[in-house]
Amino acid sequence: MTTYLEFIQQNEERDGVRFSWNLWPSSRLEATRMVVPLACLLTPLKERPDLPPVQYEPVFCSRPTCKAVLNPLCQVDYQAKLWACNFCFQRNQFPPAYAGISEVNQPAELMPQFSTIEYVVQRGPQSPLIFLYVVDTCLEEDDLQALKESLQMSLSLLPPEALVGLITFGRMVQVHELSCEGISKSYVFRGTKDLTAKQIQDMLGLSKPAMPMQQARPVQPQEHPFVSSRFLQPIHKIDMTLTDLLGELQRDPWPVTQGKRPLRSTGVALSIAVGLLEGTFPNTGARIMLFTGGPPTQGPGMVVGDELKVPIRSWHDIEKDNARFMKKATKHYEMLAQRTAANGHCIDIYACALDQTGLLEMKCCTNLTGGHMVMGDSFNTSLFKQTFQRIFSKDFNGDFRMAFGATLEVKTSRELKVAGAIGPCVSLNVKGPCVSENELGVGGTSQWKICGLDPTSTLGIYFEVINQHNAPIPQGSRGAIQFVTQYQHSSTQKRIRVTTIARNWADVQSQLQLIEAAFDQEAAAVLMARLGVFRAESEEGPDVLRWLDRQLIRLCQKFGQYNKEDPTSFRLSDAFSLYPQFMFHLRRSPFLQVFNNSPDESSYYRHHFARQDLTQSLIMIQPILYSYSFHGPPEPVLLDSSSILADRILLMDTFFQIVIYLGETIAQWQKAGYQDMPEYENFKHLLQAPLDDAQEILQARFPMPRYVHTEHGGSQARFLLSKVNPSQTHNNLYAWGQETGAPILTDDVSLQVFMDHLKKLAVSNAC
Amino acid sequence: MSQQGYVATPPYSQSQPGIDSPPHYGHYGDPSHATSPPGVMKPVGGLGAAAPGVMASPGPPPPGLQHLGQNGAHASGHSPQRFPGPPPVNSTAPSYAQHQPCTQSSYPSPVSTSSVAHLGSQLSQLQINNYGSGVPPPSQGPPGPPPAASFQAPPRPLQTSILQPGSQVLPPPPTTLNGPGASSLSPPGPRQDGLPGPPPLGAQYQPPPPPGPALGVGYPPPPHQAAHYGPQMAGTQLSYSGGFAGGAAQMAGPPPPPKKLDPDSIPSPIQVIESDRATRGGQVYATNTRGQVPPLVTTDCVIQDQGNASPRYIRCTTYCFPCTSDMAKQAQIPLAAVIKPFATIPSNETPLYLVNHGENGPVRCNRCKAYMCPFMQFIEGGRRYQCGFCSCVNDVPPFYFQHLDHIGRRLDHYEKPELSLGSYEFVATLDYCRKNKPPSPPAFIFMIDVSYSNIKNGLVKLICEELKTVLEKLPKEEQEETSAIRVGFITYNKVLHFFNVKSNLAQPQMLVVTDVGEVFVPLLDGFLVNYQESQSVIHNLLDQIPELFADSNENETVFVPVIQAGMEALKEAECPGKLYIFHSSLPTAEAPGKLKNRDDKKLVNTDKEKILFQPQTSVYDSLAKDCVTHGCSVTIFLFPSQYVDVASLGLVPQLTGGTLYKYNNFQMHLDSQQFLNDLRHDIEKKIGFDAIMRVRTSTGFRATDFFGGIFMNNTTDVEMAAIDCDKAVTVEFKHDDKLSEDSGALLQCAVLYTTIGGQRRLRIHNLGLSCSSQLADLYKSCETDALINFFAKSAFKAVLHQPLKVIREILVNQTAHMLACYRKNCASPSAASQLILPDSMKILPVYMNCLLKNCVLLSRPEISTDERAYQRQLVMTMSVADSQLFFYPQLLPIHTLDVKSTTLPAAVRCSESRLSEEGVFLLANGLNMFLWLGVSSPPELIQGIFNVPSFAHINTDMTLLPEVGSPHSHQLRMIMSMIQRKRPYSMKEKSNKQWKSFSEP
Repeated sequence: MTTYLEFIQQNEERDGVRFSWNLWPSSRLEATRMVVPLACLLTPLKERPDLPPVQYEPVFCSRPTCKAVLNPLCQVDYQAKLWACNFCFQRNQFPPAYAGISEVNQPAELMPQFSTIEYVVQRGPQSPLIFLYVVDTCLEEDDLQALKESLQMSLSLLPPEALVGLITFGRMVQVHELSCEGISKSYVFRGTKDLTAKQIQDMLGLSKPAMPMQQARPVQPQEHPFVSSRFLQPIHKIDMTLTDLLGELQRDPWPVTQGKRPLRSTGVALSIAVGLLEGTFPNTGARIMLFTGGPPTQGPGMVVGDELKVPIRSWHDIEKDNARFMKKATKHYEMLAQRTAANGHCIDIYACALDQTGLLEMKCCTNLTGGHMVMGDSFNTSLFKQTFQRIFSKDFNGDFRMAFGATLEVKTSRELKVAGAIGPCVSLNVKGPCVSENELGVGGTSQWKICGLDPTSTLGIYFEVINQHNAPIPQGSRGAIQFVTQYQHSSTQKRIRVTTIARNWADVQSQLQLIEAAFDQEAAAVLMARLGVFRAESEEGPDVLRWLDRQLIRLCQKFGQYNKEDPTSFRLSDAFSLYPQFMFHLRRSPFLQVFNNSPDESSYYRHHFARQDLTQSLIMIQPILYSYSFHGPPEPVLLDSSSILADRILLMDTFFQIVIYLGETIAQWQKAGYQDMPEYENFKHLLQAPLDDAQEILQARFPMPRYVHTEHGGSQARFLLSKVNPSQTHNNLYAWGQETGAPILTDDVSLQVFMDHLKKLAVSNAC
Repeated sequence: MSQQGYVATPPYSQSQPGIDSPPHYGHYGDPSHATSPPGVMKPVGGLGAAAPGVMASPGPPPPGLQHLGQNGAHASGHSPQRFPGPPPVNSTAPSYAQHQPCTQSSYPSPVSTSSVAHLGSQLSQLQINNYGSGVPPPSQGPPGPPPAASFQAPPRPLQTSILQPGSQVLPPPPTTLNGPGASSLSPPGPRQDGLPGPPPLGAQYQPPPPPGPALGVGYPPPPHQAAHYGPQMAGTQLSYSGGFAGGAAQMAGPPPPPKKLDPDSIPSPIQVIESDRATRGGQVYATNTRGQVPPLVTTDCVIQDQGNASPRYIRCTTYCFPCTSDMAKQAQIPLAAVIKPFATIPSNETPLYLVNHGENGPVRCNRCKAYMCPFMQFIEGGRRYQCGFCSCVNDVPPFYFQHLDHIGRRLDHYEKPELSLGSYEFVATLDYCRKNKPPSPPAFIFMIDVSYSNIKNGLVKLICEELKTVLEKLPKEEQEETSAIRVGFITYNKVLHFFNVKSNLAQPQMLVVTDVGEVFVPLLDGFLVNYQESQSVIHNLLDQIPELFADSNENETVFVPVIQAGMEALKEAECPGKLYIFHSSLPTAEAPGKLKNRDDKKLVNTDKEKILFQPQTSVYDSLAKDCVTHGCSVTIFLFPSQYVDVASLGLVPQLTGGTLYKYNNFQMHLDSQQFLNDLRHDIEKKIGFDAIMRVRTSTGFRATDFFGGIFMNNTTDVEMAAIDCDKAVTVEFKHDDKLSEDSGALLQCAVLYTTIGGQRRLRIHNLGLSCSSQLADLYKSCETDALINFFAKSAFKAVLHQPLKVIREILVNQTAHMLACYRKNCASPSAASQLILPDSMKILPVYMNCLLKNCVLLSRPEISTDERAYQRQLVMTMSVADSQLFFYPQLLPIHTLDVKSTTLPAAVRCSESRLSEEGVFLLANGLNMFLWLGVSSPPELIQGIFNVPSFAHINTDMTLLPEVGSPHSHQLRMIMSMIQRKRPYSMKEKSNKQWKSFSEP
């Protein structure tokens, strides 16, 4: 067998799954003693160009409580045409279509390489994709212009049969009717009045014809209800109208007096958007795309009053319980998010403003529905424009990289139970035999709804070993987990992706070495970080840090090799070597530290952390630093202040920012213009190299990172300086007495101090 | 006793010891009314009991039963002898006979019969005769004896008319004093066959009494007054007799041919109008004298403002106030002024001057805040002035100082309008503006009901087409080139559609507001626009509206949210304005102000009938209040095809100074012209917005009650969202102290308003009335037209709170009391059965009867509730001229027309008996114009007018006279347009081949 590293990588590529432990402790007691829970990062829709979907229905286990899908782990009796479910051991007859089955004539789902397989099923009418634009008109003129252009551009990217709708809002909320000729017509709602879904549908005239529709449906299944077509129209029909409509979009006409914020009814606008889709296309893939240029200032969901002299809440206010509107607004948006999720729609938020826009309150809308959250300074920036464009990017098949209304179901073999999930999902509250009583993340269910997901959407799924210590599992047997993801593909097909994985059980007492080796510290770090961030949403920051610290110390105590009370003797095996460092950077990250971040920024960072895949998540925890110099090819260097050298160019990728930092000497050279001199062409190449690499990252990433080009002493250098390990500070600079590196003016502890403390605590008996 | 209830101070009750009724009357809302003993309501009993109190002092011994009986016997016994002319020819109506027992029983107690009682019963008799409960109106016109026969030579040359029981044949004394009236004398011959020719003016006139000491009981006209009246004396002093002979005649028991009231013996309004027209028409009437009685409203003359407001602005029930409240109570003549502050002034009269007193605003009295006016007396060499209203002495502001001349008048007296004129305007400063900000120009919002029926019958298209032209004629300030008024558009059915018609849009945008429960304005910028700037977008919109809703099958409508929307729009735009609502159905959709069909004919003629005149919910009331607060006037054009609850819908326009137009069963080809005329007129007319009116009075009396299209938050400030040139406010005054004959009674009516150009102005009207301690002076200065206006408004207001029966009784009783008081105190003793009318009131009984016959006060189930509510509301804002025509329609003979004449033909008395089968008559009452065609009207006339060969060919559906090139047609159409010209409502023209009831008995 190859190394675990390769195994892990192979598994990730094939199944989109990474486990914290690749050998599973065989009893509950041992599992809890291993500190890091048995968990995995699952990327349900990981792009698999080599995996064409099969065009038939999966075969389900006939036991009603199981319903697992036939998979390569099942035992098959080819003679009797029977298969045994590997989760519940139910023996099932193959369906008639499988009559010709034999050892040599196996269906794909029985082949080991198809541990992940995708089925295309024909169920119910295919419904088009729906895009509902919810546009804030309280913008500056050029901002609005840029947004209008982006929106118009996006129309050309949509599939022609996709339905689009437009809601604009400012002081009032306007739902535009798209089917009318000659005169543009819109329904207007007061921005201060919360309406129930029923009221909204009544007022839009959607409810009345729905009654006869329901009666008529069995008789005559029409393509679409007539009513809905007034507000949601296929793009090919109303392309021109909508382009014109967007073009004529005016800034909110209500006067804004000096010293006031414009009145912005985001809460009601969103509520109406949700109500509109709820009434017309429930359980159909739909995106509500909210474009807002400022905080909601009136009505339900208002985040701040319209007096400019009262600033929007900060972390300080929240801690002091001074954020007047926060709780009410959060509740409003949470309710909306729940409804949206129940209907299978997702909400994107594109917030572009220099100040906060209330993402803290609105975050649940995206987090619970799997929508995107994008934060920028202005709609007139490439950050927004390109990010927005990237939403509509297509995969190798020419399909959108988006899927809708997914349901993820987790099935486990008997020794395991599922404790919860963390990611852009909501619980479907499906209790079953494999649901654990303990909750980690969103638990208490074996099914989750992910209303919007893309190929990188990743969930952390946490398990609990329930096998009792005194009932040992036979040697060599394997535990299995099956992930069944049903979703609406962007081509409007209904698909089911089934991933079945199995791992060996190991006895911790006798096989600790093996288990250690099977530890995936990267996955573990991300999974622990997700737990920490999940806790941070509801708990005080210091408590979370303390919890993380204790987990780390316990892990070190468990797996470190040391002599008691002798910190210097402390060693960690290779499989664990990076883990403390990840934890160190995680503690400093904006996901857990709110200092220097606005509540909106924290929400934004956490949103992305909870949905990106492992690689991206790791970058977020511990940014990558590349160094460019004349001394050799670009190399990754330690994220440490000692890496900041005068004759280097640094490229830092924190996921949210790409920072190019010119060292002191390089900056001077550049100022002197050496790059323009033919004899210093190599310098020009050196300057260019990080730019090219940065461009590569920018191309691939969603959302588009903030691109910062700075130099030694530049104000923007703070992005770099705040991230690197402060090994040199004003406190120890002279003690070290070295010329290299740049001191960071901070009182934060450095990695060295952190590690020293960790060792001391790990070896002490106190803990 | 409750007569005093709505009309005047309660004189009876206070001087009545015998009757135990609560001391406070006067309020309709007072529940004690409903529960007061029924006996109290009886006019006869009540009056009878009251008589001793009232009559206490002078008390000529009442003739009592004897006299009555004698009269009765006398009348019946002698009438054959006394009527040498033909006996009643076509006394076809048996109704009198039916009433005989009843009349007899109403005179049972001769002992208590006083002149008051007698009068009351006579009047109520009249009433009963005509409208016995459930009895169809009797044909009123048995031509009695020839008119000449009814005249008697009065025993005394009094300034009064004396009605003798029975008719007496007395040849009309030839008179030379009748002036032009005499020339129109026509021989009695033609009138005997019932043809109402020109009224025999001369015949009814008596020789004028020699003024002076010869008069005993009557009052001698004071010499100065006589001198002042000059030539008019002859006209005003002409008294005439005849009239209520029937009352007495009936008392004699049922004679075989029942005796009727002789219609011609009743004082003729036509004659009064014509004689006033003859004496004062075409002349210059200068308002330089306090307390002078102006010409009648029907008389055209030129009015010159010389210190008192023109009668076009203010008319009073009496121009001479009694000095004390006791006197006022005794006479029971209502003291009221009908103020029409924005009355249209003919082009040959001077328009109002605009006075600017600079940044401090108009000079006002420090104490009572009256504005500088001719009643201010400058003293101390011009350094101070004494207020004519409160007598406070104020310093003259330095900028306003001017020396006085030898008679104590400022040297600049004639240079300053506020010192020499009765009416003028001040520029208002910011202190007079809402929120101390200069007002914005007003806005007009057009709100069109686009429910199915309106689309179907083409109304929406008609309105939209018309708006395109009529918007060109929005009112503007005289000096401006374009109108400052902004316009906005809303359509609605169950939901509201606002339109963005901003000038930079390629096409209008429609914004639908479905939240009718809590309506709001979806946009500000682009909703109210300048018509000129957005013309193309607006035309685009108006073209599209009919098509937009062509497929709509929405039948339900909302109403209150529509007004709310308009009001909110004006509020957001911070400007006053006017809503034009084109509505056609009962608002039944789920929304505030939703109405049920509650038209219940069972309520008619019950005490609950008043409910039909009240709005269904209080929403309308509070909405009206909000509208007034924000300067939002509401005008409604109603196109009902069934019951729409005018009482509810009409409340808002009434309280906000708007107008309600109603077109029953609107049919495009028949009624569109009338509607369009109304719409054009309403949009173009002069109007002021966001107005507050305050009526200040000199000490001794004050304004106590206001009637009209107004809203009152407190007891003094009359708030009007808008006031236009057709709206009048009737103000009632009461004494709170003595008035002196020297200083008189002064009125100042100040209206603070916003002009159509968005300027804040104060319009001031001043009027000085004289005072007298002589009842005779009071009676002499009364104006019947204004009295009827007041009576109508107060009665129509009372309709909301009291049973109609009570109101009718009160009206009858008060009329009776007024006349009785005159008889007792001013006329010389005469037979108790004689009805003695003061000259100024001689047609009051006739007019009062007309008022009582109005469908509002008369419960007849065949008149729709909506129509009654509509007329009730209409009258509330009427000016004197309008109410005069409304209650006493103009009846013009067309068949005797002189085709070369350019003036209106002389009217005939408005009675069915005046119609002849050979005649063609035009009847106009301000709402409708009827062309009545007699069965045997001359074919050439019919050919000339209708261009059809004969009577049978006439299509009576038509509502517009065909334009035929004949002189008859031309002349008739000219007459119609002349009648129409001065009227606020476009009259519906109808041709009637047959047609029954009429106003005059």
